[in-house]
Amino acid sequence: MLTISDRKEKTIVLKEIMQSRLFWPIFVLLLLLAFNLINDPSFFAIEIKQGRLFGSVIDILNRAAPIALLALGMTLVIATGGIDLSVGAVIAISGAVCAYLIQNEIVTSTPLIILAGIGVALIAGLWNGILVSILGIQPIIATLILMVAGRGIAQLITGGQILTFDHVGFEFIGGGTLFGIPFSIVLVVLTYGVTFLVLRKTALGLFIASIGANPTASYFAGIREPQIKILVYMFSGLCAGLAGMILTSDIQGADANNAGLWSELDAILAVVVGGTALTGGRYYIGPTLIGVLILQTMTTTILTNGLPVQFTHIVKAAVVILVMLIMSPQFRGELNRLRTNKTKEII
Amino acid sequence: MEPKSILKVSQLNKSFPGVKALSQVQLELREGEIMALLGGNGAGKSTLIKCITGVYTSDGGSISLSGQSIRGLSAEEIILKGISTVHQEVNLIPTLSVAENIYLGRQPYRFGLIDWAKMNTNAEELLSSMKVFIDVTATLNDYSIAVQQMIAIARGVDMSAKVLILDEPTASLDNKEVEQLFTLMRELKSRGIGIVFVTHFLDQVYDVCDQITVLRNGQFVASSSVDELPQIELINLMLGKQISNKNSSGKSRHTTDSNSKPFLSASNIGRKGMINPCDVNIYSGQTLGLGGLLGSGRTELAKLLFGIVKPEQGTIQIEGEVKAFGSPHDAIQEGLAFCPEDRKVEGIIGELSVLENMVLALQAKQGWFRMIGPKEQKEIGKKFVRSLNIVTSDINKPVKELSGGNQQKVILARWLASGPSLLILDEPTRGIDVGAKSEILQIIDGLCKQGMALMVISSELDEIVEFSDRVSVLKDHNMIAELTGKDISTQKLMETIAHEGRD
Ligand SMILES: Nc1ncnc2c1ncn2[C@@H]1O[C@H](COP(=O)(O)OP(=O)(O)OP(=O)(O)O)[C@@H](O)[C@H]1O
Ligand SMILES: [Mg+2]
Repeated sequence: MLTISDRKEKTIVLKEIMQSRLFWPIFVLLLLLAFNLINDPSFFAIEIKQGRLFGSVIDILNRAAPIALLALGMTLVIATGGIDLSVGAVIAISGAVCAYLIQNEIVTSTPLIILAGIGVALIAGLWNGILVSILGIQPIIATLILMVAGRGIAQLITGGQILTFDHVGFEFIGGGTLFGIPFSIVLVVLTYGVTFLVLRKTALGLFIASIGANPTASYFAGIREPQIKILVYMFSGLCAGLAGMILTSDIQGADANNAGLWSELDAILAVVVGGTALTGGRYYIGPTLIGVLILQTMTTTILTNGLPVQFTHIVKAAVVILVMLIMSPQFRGELNRLRTNKTKEII
Repeated sequence: MEPKSILKVSQLNKSFPGVKALSQVQLELREGEIMALLGGNGAGKSTLIKCITGVYTSDGGSISLSGQSIRGLSAEEIILKGISTVHQEVNLIPTLSVAENIYLGRQPYRFGLIDWAKMNTNAEELLSSMKVFIDVTATLNDYSIAVQQMIAIARGVDMSAKVLILDEPTASLDNKEVEQLFTLMRELKSRGIGIVFVTHFLDQVYDVCDQITVLRNGQFVASSSVDELPQIELINLMLGKQISNKNSSGKSRHTTDSNSKPFLSASNIGRKGMINPCDVNIYSGQTLGLGGLLGSGRTELAKLLFGIVKPEQGTIQIEGEVKAFGSPHDAIQEGLAFCPEDRKVEGIIGELSVLENMVLALQAKQGWFRMIGPKEQKEIGKKFVRSLNIVTSDINKPVKELSGGNQQKVILARWLASGPSLLILDEPTRGIDVGAKSEILQIIDGLCKQGMALMVISSELDEIVEFSDRVSVLKDHNMIAELTGKDISTQKLMETIAHEGRD
């Protein structure tokens, strides 16, 4: 039997769960998955074909990989109070560089190709970091420069064409499997894992949140903001570079016009849905990943249900608004007020 | 005839997760009365004020204004009912002009447009009636925290219709401004306005207040007229214990013999608009006090020494070696620490936890790669929560949820934890209650005895006199005198500030 205090405790626990960071994003994700399950009872089925896992869920994870990487870098950039609009362009650049090297047979060794792709992405990040932290340009403007110019650079590299190639080693990144799991998923898990560890085991995480929450006080406390910011923008560049290589390797070609187009916006959406404030400060990596999965599940759901692609954008916007409303303290406050007013009236 | 009661609070409760900030609190304010609301750090004063003014919704109890219940109304509605408030943390918008800040939300209009000229002249008149003469079209953050505080007070005073609430308005003001404020309060009082006044300076209570309400640990302790409550008894009520009245003349001052070397020696250091070139020598184990009025250049000098702003001329030597600090980080590496005066902007990192705020400077000193282990962090936290008497339900909660005085202690802890060789304190006891104050002064004095060098900036002359082995006096951005030995007294300090360097 439940005593009153027991029951009270239970509601408190329930309340706490509902107020936790992860609750609403996970709730929305589960809702989407449930919808899919009702629609298609075999939604969660996973098969093994030729040593590789197949199924809708695997497909969603696989497709979510590039955005998941972008969103990871974006979370940290946003935590410092910045934003990185250039990640889509960096995808195009790193893809173009890799494809160019392979197609012209300048480099054939896979590690070297990957190194080149990562290298240009890091340079792109360094550029952003210098503009933001040394020259003091506002992040949105500073990264807008590379967002526009970067795609131009990528087009120069590809000569305005889609560079296609054949390279068994490089194709592994986007198409290979490790223990049956698509390698891009493994890459995402590894990147998130390593990042999490680094943030936990060094003071980087503390410094990033500190700079975002109060830059002046952080400066007074002796944190070297330029150093940390450059590091963070380079990391964002790195993530974009990895995403670019996954996409390029997957389609065995570099399309400078369309690779990663608008993907910066998806990444930002995922971060926001995950509860990290655009004003900087505290950040949430796990919830960001959930945000990515929500967006991808939605896209896939719309496509598999035969709705026109254009729909995805509208539905995406609607879901984002919904999640933001649920998470906004003002909105919840208003709801509560309405509710208590109603109970008052009833009494 | 008893004056009419205007504001009446009874049985008010307010809880935050894990904290019962107010329980069964009462308060009654009558027309033309100045009520001191007193209590130690974290007693619930600011919370009570925020409940009255609609910033927080209280959990139960009643609040009425002139007999009408105002509990549950929004902050805007309560302002319209005639209660205006100056909160503990200056709550203005830094990027707007002074005049805009004063008239925000109630700008004068002409033909449907904001009447800028009228707004500016009104603002100017209002401020000059408080003897503050500044450019009202300049943006707010061009001015020091003290001036900002005066502007916030001006706004509050100008709006007050029935009740004016002032939460520690005098924390960063010096005697002259405080007198100015008191004159103003007395005038409002004569117009029948009721005033609630929070302060940690008990002398001020006896100067200007009629009634006293005391809170402790979120509970109502007593209410009495000022005449019936002597100071010792008041302290007793506030803290629930006696404090040993440390005799302030106990300090034996060090004299510097001519062949000892200073820890920090700055020569001819200066920067236009901040401080004119001057020399500073700070010795290990000794305290240099910086005296002077607001805006005399004390904080600016500290900022030059700590590398926050680069000096245009002059050199700094640490233990005889010339150093150029490009940023506070460089200064910290050399063993400097600087506890700033504006805790909201330059001090706390509100979203981060109490513990994270405490270890921040030490961590920055070590660099991001070598993280202070969780165990060591916890020990630092425990140590300072105990020694500085920080009131917090949980060391991992966001520091912005602490009371103002406790936030101040956290910042102090941050710099003490960094193990400095030279600690620069700018208004270190701002907002700290009488009980904790003497404890903190003792801790710092102890560190000094162990060989730490100290530089103290304080508007409280007593504090300077008690601390210092030498006092440098600043006036209008110039260093005008140095006092040593027997010359260090409140009297002499006041005289020097008032007279010297005027030609
Ligand atoms: N927003 C908040 N969230 C959680 N706890 C809070 C919040 N505001 C205040 N508290 C807690 O309520 C208690 C009372 O705080 P309050 O700010 O009212 O103290 P105070 O009397 O004004 O102290 P001080 O003299 O230091 O300003 C403290 O324990 C504080 O930690
Ligand atoms: Mg307070």
